[in-house]
Amino acid sequence: MHSSLFLILRRMRAPLIFLIVSYAVSILGMTLIPGVDANGRPAPPLDFFHAFYFVSYTATTIGFGEIPTAFSDAQRAWTIFSIYLTVIVWLYSIGAIFGLLQDPALQRAMRGNRFEAKVKHLGQPFYLITGCGETGVLLLHALDSRNQQAVVLDIDPARIGELELGQYQLDIPALTADARYPENLIAAGLHHPLCAGVIALTNDDQANLSVAVTTKLLRPDLPILCRADSLDTAANMASFGVEDIVNAFEVFGEHLAIAINNPGHRLLYQWLAGVPGERLAMPMEPPRGKWIVCGYGRFGKAVTRHLDKEGIELVVVDERPAAGHEHAVIGLGTEAHTLLEAGIEQAAGIVAGTHDDINNLSIAMTARQLKPELFMVLRQNRHANAALFERFDANATMQPSSIVAHEFLSLLTTPLLSRFFSLALHQGDAWADVTLSRIAAVVGDTVPEVWDLELSKTHTLAIWQTLTDGATVRLGDLMRNPSNRQDTLACIPLLLKRGREEVLVPDNDTPLHDGDRILFCGEAHTRRQQAPGLHDYNMLDYLLTGNEAPGGLVWRRLAQLAKS
Amino acid sequence: MNLEKVIFGFFIILAMTLNFGFVIGDLDNPVHHDSYELFFAIVVNLIATVLKFGERTQIGAIHLASSFVADLQLFAAAGVWATAVYLTDTGLTPGVTASIVSLAAGALAANVLSVIMLLVETVMFRR
Repeated sequence: MHSSLFLILRRMRAPLIFLIVSYAVSILGMTLIPGVDANGRPAPPLDFFHAFYFVSYTATTIGFGEIPTAFSDAQRAWTIFSIYLTVIVWLYSIGAIFGLLQDPALQRAMRGNRFEAKVKHLGQPFYLITGCGETGVLLLHALDSRNQQAVVLDIDPARIGELELGQYQLDIPALTADARYPENLIAAGLHHPLCAGVIALTNDDQANLSVAVTTKLLRPDLPILCRADSLDTAANMASFGVEDIVNAFEVFGEHLAIAINNPGHRLLYQWLAGVPGERLAMPMEPPRGKWIVCGYGRFGKAVTRHLDKEGIELVVVDERPAAGHEHAVIGLGTEAHTLLEAGIEQAAGIVAGTHDDINNLSIAMTARQLKPELFMVLRQNRHANAALFERFDANATMQPSSIVAHEFLSLLTTPLLSRFFSLALHQGDAWADVTLSRIAAVVGDTVPEVWDLELSKTHTLAIWQTLTDGATVRLGDLMRNPSNRQDTLACIPLLLKRGREEVLVPDNDTPLHDGDRILFCGEAHTRRQQAPGLHDYNMLDYLLTGNEAPGGLVWRRLAQLAKS
Repeated sequence: MNLEKVIFGFFIILAMTLNFGFVIGDLDNPVHHDSYELFFAIVVNLIATVLKFGERTQIGAIHLASSFVADLQLFAAAGVWATAVYLTDTGLTPGVTASIVSLAAGALAANVLSVIMLLVETVMFRR
């Protein structure tokens, strides 16, 4: 129940009792002490009614004077006593109650109550996000721009404060709480029927792990997305069935390897998995040849593993001699002689991947002096150093937070998209280039919107009705413009999933079935234009046949009569 | 022995006894019902109410509710008294006295309930 209310009541006990007792003593005294009449003769004391009246205006320092008649000296003496008693107690009580309202514990309890109430009354599906650092903020903005509700927990009050000040369209409930405690996750709506999934994004692997365990035990049906910074944690999470684990270093290593071998695929990924509305990225074309990897930590290991897999020649530079790689040079990489020893003259690219931003920049600057045309990949650890990295302008800057956010976003909003990418990897570079040019033709210079369309009675009523009538709906019909069916909407079907069958970039003539799932890409307004044809039977009829069909039952009957 | 429990029990029982002392006597005879007794009954009832603030248990909630009822009844009794004697010129007629005392008797019922609950609670948690 309302724990803050109990807290207030409990702490108000003492001030209230002081107040009651001081009033009682003062009133009682006034009803016992004899007064004096106009002629100086003794008169009966004040009755309870007048005594209460007198004490009320005296205690609150209003002070009307001696009412109803002038007091006797004995009464005045008692008045002095009651003034000091009641006024002091009154001020103390008011002060105590105001102080109570300012109490941090109470404020925290009240915030917790408000948060719980807000979460309880959420009317649309929401994601529970734990950890609202750089990754969390990026993800929140992207979810918010897609009108997707979220609930946020973070251990740092400053981050929650920033979130409350941030510009979001939706009201995002946020609470300063430790996500490692199950009760905080429950307060954030883990048991809420509309909770669509849990996203563990904290920068502490152990915390992410405990969020995953809690969710798996309490709500085994919910999808969990976890960030894991070490391979051990990722393996641990996978062992109890966490579906989606994102390790920023692994993802980047993989992308770098893809970028070296298949630049088209890399660009395809950047275009489709970006945040809609951002500018389209320029193609990054890292050269083939010998690469130098500085720093053999988590990031360095991930990069070398993926580059090794692609058969790229590598030299590892690390301070520790036990680098564990066959071509290893000992040193930090910030000095020219280490880089020369690693063979920078013959190298095509360098990866500055230590856990220290300044060292990374220093490596890159040394390398640039030695060989200006070298392809440079920098690891940026701290968002605060963004200005330095921007100024340096490396060919690729690896920011764990943005990589994790992009991965999560595509997993959340368009699960088909990750299928698309893994299928696309099996296609050649030529295929990727054709697809890229097709996408470039329909979108402007910003990241397009990618949406998942499920053909079912609930999602696309009109198509379901038409299909049950026995008519055929082709994929191309969904891409006709509702204002003029001869026009084609500016969007591209990327993937058609029918049961286990998956078709990459399906043909426009493909007949559709109930239960099909289609991944489209196009601009946001195209998606809105497409919607009427999916839900409105008459509109779909127009798209299919070109008939401006009459709407109501009577008109339809009349039209049939006119035909016969 | 818990000092908090002693004080709590003391005020709840005192509220009932004072209330009882005020109510006892002929229903419509103002001589049998002293204004000081009503005054103390009100004060002790208020203190008992405040002491019940912040109890989280179900029985604590009923405790608080019965105290609120008693306060309300006693306030009403004092209000009738003040109205009859000071705000109008009716005075303490047998009719007015009867209504004051019956209001206070209602408060007594609530206070008796409080004491019963105090006993039930004590029996339930023998420690």
